[in-house]
Amino acid sequence: MQIDIEHIARLARVALSPEEKKLFARQLSSILEFAANLQKVETNDIPPTAHAIPMKNVLREDKTIPCENVEEILANAPDEASHMFRVPKILE
Amino acid sequence: MNNKTAHELHTLLTERKLSATELTEAAFARIEKVEDKVKAFVTLTKDEALKQARAADEQFKSGKNITPLTGIPIAVKDNMCTRGTLTTCSSKILANYLPPYDATVVTKLKAAGAVIIGKTNLDEFAMGSSTENSAFHPTRNPWDVKTVPGGSSGGSAAAVAASETILATGSDTGGSIRQPASFCGVVGLKPTYGRVSRYGLVAFASSLDQIGPLTKDVTDAAIMMNLLAGHDPKDSTSVDLPVPDYRQALVGDVKNVRIGVIKELMGAGIEPEVKDAIKAAVNKLAELGAKITEVSLPSFEYAVATYYLIAPAEASSNLARYDGVKFGLRTKGDKDLITMYSNTRQEGFGPEVKRRIMLGTYALSAGYYDAYYLKALKVRTVIKRDFEKAFKDCDVLLSPTAPTVAFKLGAKTADPLAMYLSDIATIPVNLAGLPALSLPCGFAGNLPIGLQVIGQAFKEDALFRVSFAYEQNTEWHKKTAAL
Repeated sequence: MQIDIEHIARLARVALSPEEKKLFARQLSSILEFAANLQKVETNDIPPTAHAIPMKNVLREDKTIPCENVEEILANAPDEASHMFRVPKILE
Repeated sequence: MNNKTAHELHTLLTERKLSATELTEAAFARIEKVEDKVKAFVTLTKDEALKQARAADEQFKSGKNITPLTGIPIAVKDNMCTRGTLTTCSSKILANYLPPYDATVVTKLKAAGAVIIGKTNLDEFAMGSSTENSAFHPTRNPWDVKTVPGGSSGGSAAAVAASETILATGSDTGGSIRQPASFCGVVGLKPTYGRVSRYGLVAFASSLDQIGPLTKDVTDAAIMMNLLAGHDPKDSTSVDLPVPDYRQALVGDVKNVRIGVIKELMGAGIEPEVKDAIKAAVNKLAELGAKITEVSLPSFEYAVATYYLIAPAEASSNLARYDGVKFGLRTKGDKDLITMYSNTRQEGFGPEVKRRIMLGTYALSAGYYDAYYLKALKVRTVIKRDFEKAFKDCDVLLSPTAPTVAFKLGAKTADPLAMYLSDIATIPVNLAGLPALSLPCGFAGNLPIGLQVIGQAFKEDALFRVSFAYEQNTEWHKKTAAL
């Protein structure tokens, strides 16, 4: 099975090394070959299950509550300025 | 005293024959002695633990607010948020992460007076079956340090088995509580999906993840579930159902309980010694009055493949948040945002996590979604229906927890598929959202074997009933690992 590893790595936002690309191409194709077994199961009239236990949307009132520990939250940020997360340039 | 269970220690604590401070000091003395060999912990929180222990002693003195967990040492898997204490998921990308909040299970444990002694090692982001995927160090099985403790909650299971802690929490997405419980000879329960709040549990595969206890015996598991179970407004998938007193199920009797033995998990691929131990356990339960039948769940053949499409798909989406912006690692010097994302994730994630992100991204990508992800969701329905059919005539189902006993470190690291197949008996249960408990039922040489008891949704009490009756009529849970 041929997998376009470059394309998938780009979608996943991971800068894989050349060795990893080779290794994952081989391992993913053997896992996907194994997964191809599923095609043997007849599922024409079977609905998909995303959650095993019935789930429904849970709604609540949209109200603001105070956030007491802003500093504690921002302390984890790799780069922060004036209570904002700073990132490398997005636009030229 | 480290060998004792929480319920035994509770008696000593309430009779004031032992103080919580002494008990916590004993836990750290044991850790000092054996941790070099076991490596169960990522972080130890001795100062905070002794503070909690002293508070527990005050409660015993005043006789107020005493719970079955007051003063009992507990280890928390390092994918559950602890405010101000490192929560790493055994990943380089979160190596310095200090959560600004507690997971709901941690809040509950603290409120109950339990003493949190540290955070335990896991396969990075709970992805693995041996705890070898930790970015920090592998954990070793206390029964034989050349073998793995199982995973991903290998640190928690090993810490309990090595008597470094009395109790531990684990999380289970495809067997991550039960398989290490089996390998380490302890009790591990994966509750019904929605039974325990996942708020503050770092998400791996959100439709499968569930938190549960790892303990030395069935009674302790029931005691922990009395605390952990219940609805939480902060987790919209937690279910609003009353929580029974699970200790009521510990009656020591299984008369007329209908037990189905799963045919597909007693055939090829299961080690002969494991099969023999399960057969002996089934005979024991029959002797105690249970009604035994064989049941067939033919779709189990497809469970591992189904899981390894659904879980990575969910993971690839959940782990998108590790992008070097709000918390965690960020690579330095990248000139644009996308390059920073990609380099941060390359540097921060280990090989198994990358493999699963890649696999999940592929299964969800344009052109493959229907053939892989959607197909897997449909087969998931088939598996769920097989369980429903089996439960028409059975109260619980039995199988081995794992096809083998603990394997040697390094034995399966080169072959991901071989590693994935070690979860063949546990994965179907997560796909169907059901509760299941693993408890010790024998040994192959020096290595423990686990019996898996599977129940209907929200019928954890049936698991406790059967497991407790079996445990009380056998001696396995009394054996301890000689380190």
